[in-house]
Amino acid sequence: MPLSPDEAGRFADLLSGHAEPMVARWTELVAANLRGRLSSAELGRQTADLQRAFQQAFAAGATDLGDEAAAELRAQLTELSNHRARQGFTATETAVSVYALKDAALEALGDAANLKDYVAFSGFVDRAALFTFDSYVRVRESLIADQAEQLLELSTPVVKLWEGVVAVPLVGTLDSARAQVVMERLLQTLVDTGSPYAIIDITGVPAVDTQVAQHILKTVVAARLMGADCIISGIRPQIAQTIVALGIEFGDIATKASLADALRHVLHKTGQRSPGAKRTER
Amino acid sequence: MNEESQRLPVVTDQDVVRVRQLVRTVAVAVKLSLVDQTKLVTAASELARNTLVYGGGGEVEVTRVHNERRGGIRIVFADQGPGIVDLQLALTDGYTTGGGLGLGLSGARRLVDEFEIDTEVGKGTTITVVKWCR
Repeated sequence: MPLSPDEAGRFADLLSGHAEPMVARWTELVAANLRGRLSSAELGRQTADLQRAFQQAFAAGATDLGDEAAAELRAQLTELSNHRARQGFTATETAVSVYALKDAALEALGDAANLKDYVAFSGFVDRAALFTFDSYVRVRESLIADQAEQLLELSTPVVKLWEGVVAVPLVGTLDSARAQVVMERLLQTLVDTGSPYAIIDITGVPAVDTQVAQHILKTVVAARLMGADCIISGIRPQIAQTIVALGIEFGDIATKASLADALRHVLHKTGQRSPGAKRTER
Repeated sequence: MNEESQRLPVVTDQDVVRVRQLVRTVAVAVKLSLVDQTKLVTAASELARNTLVYGGGGEVEVTRVHNERRGGIRIVFADQGPGIVDLQLALTDGYTTGGGLGLGLSGARRLVDEFEIDTEVGKGTTITVVKWCR
């Protein structure tokens, strides 16, 4: 049931007349729900802002949340849900911040409440809470989309380790799609940097099964076709034993226990002195 | 004899990852050594992928088991796919019909303590593996 302009005016008066006790009660209700995860001062400020926005919307004659007069209120609600979503509050905790106004208003009204008025007012607050809920979901969705994008970005870096040596530190599950991205990036980096050596580090790969091994082997063969030598590093004891039991053969591909060993191996082959070698000679 | 059975469907690539994570969690819980954990997780990864790729999807059941002396894990991979025509050939190192390395099935057998295949052409395949704590 929509609010009549008359009722809107009455609620504007009510909200301004009882502003202080209502904000106090409202803050109390929300605080009980958020269980101390926001300071009461901050919560009080947010609630007072919201209360003022509601009051101004009613005073300007807003009978529906979509009205021009409620634009400022909508902006306030959007900001509140933004804030809550980014701070990791749940959707319920966010919506309750708005719903609590109903209880606070009812207590402020006391026995003077007219049922019809209150139902109309309650409907308005419901729509405001749903609006908050919607924008909360929108913010969370955009957060997730951002994170997925960031994850893809960071999942397959190819780094220059030394002059003429690039490394691919693989982390996590190496499925076909990621293996393809890794191979493409590595081959492109080999062209761009003209590096004759590439190290594929699998320290961060939790399980090396035949599929992972096959992807790595294909990448090595492709790099060789382009004239680069590949070393596989980061083979931990348990991975080594599993690879042996599986019967996977890495043939004449150089493998090392750690990335440092692999780099030392390459530097030794190219005749450059590694920092470690320098120290022993001194 | 057994307790705490957990089932997972295997329908997508992500499910294979989930199977791997579940097996690792249970392997840690029954206190398998790090090497045995890795071996079992790798075997589960191979067999779950076989269930997906060759069996057309199916189900995995992970159970903690005990005998008189020690604890262990039993994993059952079941599909209703085409089955395996020549089991001997399928268990040969390097034999594959799908373009892989041909080591998944035979390699997985070497990674576990007990390995049992029950297959019927046209009906499906059920593979049961057990790994015991040392």
